[in-house]
Amino acid sequence: MKADKTLDCVGLYCPMPIVKTAAKFKELKPGEVLEVIADDKGIKQDMPAWCQTTGHEFLGMEEEGGEIKVYVKKTHP
Amino acid sequence: MAGEKDKLTIVMFSGDLDRALAGFTLATTAASMGMEVSMFFTYWGLNIIKKNEGKIRSKGLMRKMLNFMNRGGSKRLKLSRFNMFGLGTWMMKKLMKDVNYPSLDEMINMAQEMGVKLVPCSTTCNVMGISEEDTFREHIASLAGAAFFLNEARESKVTLFI
Repeated sequence: MKADKTLDCVGLYCPMPIVKTAAKFKELKPGEVLEVIADDKGIKQDMPAWCQTTGHEFLGMEEEGGEIKVYVKKTHP
Repeated sequence: MAGEKDKLTIVMFSGDLDRALAGFTLATTAASMGMEVSMFFTYWGLNIIKKNEGKIRSKGLMRKMLNFMNRGGSKRLKLSRFNMFGLGTWMMKKLMKDVNYPSLDEMINMAQEMGVKLVPCSTTCNVMGISEEDTFREHIASLAGAAFFLNEARESKVTLFI
């Protein structure tokens, strides 16, 4: 999947991937996609939940060799 | 009647390191989710937001003794279990550092940067004889009482007692 920006959260545990995602989202324009790479399995549940609360769009995830790539689209400022 | 907002209100009653970490994990996450967050510190929970350096002044022998034994500060807190005279707490801090987990002090700073409001309870401060100006870390909200907390809580969707 194509992304406009990437955020490396490998080695970080909850709540850091979500905290960093929220901070990074401030740099994105509406319509842009952020790729978050993490190895804490919690992100598989946490990122869809974060999207549900904030209203941004969860596009999906890919998993390979312990690394989870999550794609989130900014839908509003 | 005030409506419910996307707001989290937490009472931080305990001064245990593990409970404080749990509280600040939820507070920073909620702030990341766009929620408004208030944390009320009462009884032993006040130790979490006490300054780490310098003396904490109080008047009277009993209060002086209390504040000496109950010094507090985010870097002095202990685990609620397996403290083992400090060894357990030291080990847990080391394990967390090894996996780049933020320290409690870093978590508190992070929460403050994200706009989490930290409110000390006025009654416990009065009973323990500690003053607002002299006791706490920087950028703490003004002292407040139970009515202020309840007013925040009744308009919050999530309220926790830790």
